[in-house]
Amino acid sequence: MKQATISTLMIAIISMMTPISSHALESIRVGAVLSTTGPAAFLGEPELKTVELYIKKINAEGGVLGRNLELISYDDGSDANKANSFTKRLIESDKVDFIVGGTTTGSSLSMMPLIEKAGIPFVSLAGAVAIVEPVHKWIFKISHTDRMAAEKVFEDAKKRGFTKMALISETSGFGQSGHKEALAAAKKIGIEILVDETYGQKDTDVTPQLTRIKMNPAIQAVLVFGIGQGPTTVTKNYRQLGLKAPIYQSHGVASSEFARLVGAAGEGVRLPSPALLVVGELPNSDKRKPILSAYKAAYEQQYKEDASTFGGYAYDALMFLVNGIKVANSTDKELVRTAIEKTNGYISTAGIVHMSATDHLGLDSSAFQMVEIKNGKFQIAK
Amino acid sequence: MFSQFLQFLFSGLTVGATYALAALGFTLIYNASNVINFAQGEFIMLGGMLAVFFTQAGLPLPVALVLAILVPAIVGVVLEKLAIEPVKGAETVTLIIITIGASLVIRGLIQVWLGKGTHSLPAFSGDVPIAILGATLMPQSLWVLGVTAVVVVALWYFFNRTLHGKAMLATSFNRVAAELVGINTSWVLFMSFAMSAALGALGGILVTPITLTSYDVGIMLGLKGFVAAVVGGLGNGLGAVLGGLLVGILEAMGAGYISSAYKDAIPFVLILFMLFFMPRGLFGGKSTDRV
Repeated sequence: MKQATISTLMIAIISMMTPISSHALESIRVGAVLSTTGPAAFLGEPELKTVELYIKKINAEGGVLGRNLELISYDDGSDANKANSFTKRLIESDKVDFIVGGTTTGSSLSMMPLIEKAGIPFVSLAGAVAIVEPVHKWIFKISHTDRMAAEKVFEDAKKRGFTKMALISETSGFGQSGHKEALAAAKKIGIEILVDETYGQKDTDVTPQLTRIKMNPAIQAVLVFGIGQGPTTVTKNYRQLGLKAPIYQSHGVASSEFARLVGAAGEGVRLPSPALLVVGELPNSDKRKPILSAYKAAYEQQYKEDASTFGGYAYDALMFLVNGIKVANSTDKELVRTAIEKTNGYISTAGIVHMSATDHLGLDSSAFQMVEIKNGKFQIAK
Repeated sequence: MFSQFLQFLFSGLTVGATYALAALGFTLIYNASNVINFAQGEFIMLGGMLAVFFTQAGLPLPVALVLAILVPAIVGVVLEKLAIEPVKGAETVTLIIITIGASLVIRGLIQVWLGKGTHSLPAFSGDVPIAILGATLMPQSLWVLGVTAVVVVALWYFFNRTLHGKAMLATSFNRVAAELVGINTSWVLFMSFAMSAALGALGGILVTPITLTSYDVGIMLGLKGFVAAVVGGLGNGLGAVLGGLLVGILEAMGAGYISSAYKDAIPFVLILFMLFFMPRGLFGGKSTDRV
């Protein structure tokens, strides 16, 4: 925490000094609204650290188009209302050129109308499909969606011969959106959801809901759609009840912290994950591997903690934006936006991005890697 | 069918016992000072977080646990000395606001010091579930229930059979009268904060292997514990325990038999019912002067 503050300060000082010292070019102002405190802090904190680290790196290497990047970031405290007012501040008083952020779906959605009106290229970090569907002119997103996660899970389940499943989803925004997408995906792929339960994000015991699943012997597998510590409780309670059907989780738990907290109960849990989690196992032919390894090494060297897939999303958003500026060879908002929209074949940590005027996401479910927890470690599921 | 019911009951008892421990903490301080200490949840959080911190620092488990109870007790005392005592005689509402402020400070300090991650402790007696008539129970749940029972008995003995305990009770009934007969009421206030902080920390440690812990677990536990204390009748120790168990069991039964979507609404509907029909709680006194 302290280190982060110091590095923010250093960036601020460096960016204040640059115009006087070397070149008189004005810096490119990148605005960010992230949830570094509150319930979504475990997402927002690695995101902010990543953005800070890479802006420093980019500036040390001479900046973009010969100009330095300057980060102006605010913490919305995981509150969508605050995200909205900070966005207003970014646009009106900080006069930023580009915006990344919206750690949570709620924050992103509340930021969007202002950004759309002001006409600023924006890359969201949040999960729900609703951000890019319908397509908005200035809104982009290159992180995986809950729909992709649900489809990946059900495709894998079908391959293993499961057609009757139970769904237990969280009452958080992430879980609710996931619940909707999971039901739709199940229908599309031909999986029957026999039991549909919910649990609260802070619940400490979920055995009653799981008992309802236990009472239905036809169930072949269970999908848990949640984020943070809730899914840990669900998995532990599931094992406590002696349920045998395999568990699927969403990408909301794709972090080494989940594997550590859930302990032995996590053995055999499968989930669709960004490739960052299993980078060591990726074949060398995988085009994402060099980027993933470089990001992981840089983050872990700087902060002495495991790189998370959520930080990976922030890395993608920033680099994607920088790539757009380079391609456009300008910081003109309209030119950059057009360049971003035409991105084809850009390699991010999430996958290979193909954008178009009708698709501001540019990823498909192949971007996810199905992983399984074995001996307390994530491995590519076979 | 019966095993299903039993499973819901076990789930309710485990969760209920943690609410009960929180509710007991509210009761202790309320009795000594008429203050509803909204920092109670933070003592629970402190117990769990410090136990994790001390064990990770390499201390043997028993030492870590003792420290994780002692430190919150000291925090409780400091809170009383620095924030509550200087404004002695202030309105109850003022005192309540002070405790809310204190809880924000404690939570914020832990967030900065120990980070925002979620942590766990190994279960005291392993992770193998105990099967009883088709339902299962974790050994840690027995620890929670057992220790809650021991605490209740110990508190009963303290308040009914020892001079110090009786002095605290006397203060809760009438501070002026207690002072007139020579009871040191500021000592009573001091002790009640130390005891309820230690009690909360103990609960926090016990539930950590089941529920995990992070800097913000105190909010929910504190809130549910408060509901339990009100349901049981504020200021009544036995009521606090039964209130906690009742809230826990109703939640579990509601989630099991009705729908998990309404689970969190149950305690709050319950508290509305109590306030309408039995405003002094299940075991609250009959008197009407202390409102």
